[in-house]
Amino acid sequence: MKLLLIAIIVAATTVGEVLQAAGMRRHGEIRDFRPGALGRAAAVLARNRFVIGAVAAMAVSFFAYMGLLTISDLSFAVPATAVTYVLETVLAKYVLKERVNWLRWAGAALVVCGVALVAL
Amino acid sequence: MNPETARLRVKTWICAAMVVFTNVFGNFFLKRGMPAHLAPLEYITVLFQPWVALGVLLLIVWLISRMALLSWADLSYVLPVTSVGYVLVALAGKVLLNEQISGKRWTGIALIVAGVALVSGGTAPQTAHRQSDAAMAGAHR
Repeated sequence: MKLLLIAIIVAATTVGEVLQAAGMRRHGEIRDFRPGALGRAAAVLARNRFVIGAVAAMAVSFFAYMGLLTISDLSFAVPATAVTYVLETVLAKYVLKERVNWLRWAGAALVVCGVALVAL
Repeated sequence: MNPETARLRVKTWICAAMVVFTNVFGNFFLKRGMPAHLAPLEYITVLFQPWVALGVLLLIVWLISRMALLSWADLSYVLPVTSVGYVLVALAGKVLLNEQISGKRWTGIALIVAGVALVSGGTAPQTAHRQSDAAMAGAHR
């Protein structure tokens, strides 16, 4: 049951966050932070298919996470997020075509080791 | 560092700080209000419990500020930089909930901080999406 929930969380979070990044990339940089302009940006984003998919996937992930928190320790639940971290960096390179240089790989590796130490 | 790069970097740090802050306190309040046992129907009713509601509200702000940040910054930049939240959650546990932090955890926290420093100090927030930015990103690699 725990492993099933973790699998759901990892899959849904990874898909959701990559879709979110792809959707926001298409939207372009938000430069105007006044409330009216943010409202207009939100209205545009609400029709963005990538963003809709991202919110749906992250809602699935959120409820699965709530379920996991009730049946396991926080220190067991957190390593699952470290797995999404690796998957997302790989997808950032191959799906989003970002230039992941060695500094970013090194930083990502350090963070994963750190998360494992903190959480396990 | 040209003015455009400096502008983007300041904006990135402000927005990243907001992402981290709302994530840490959102999760903290969610954890604080969450009961030890949850029946299937209570998944909805628990959302109206005051601490949980505050946590969910902060996590909505987290989602929005993360989307704003991703509108200009790379995912492979945002991931490590916002992971400083793991450190702050551990510190919040120590300060606010009197949890013990072992030597192993402090080592982990130090590794996370080192990773964040490498990525945020060593690479530009944005690499190659738009033509005007390609030259700028090139200068930073």
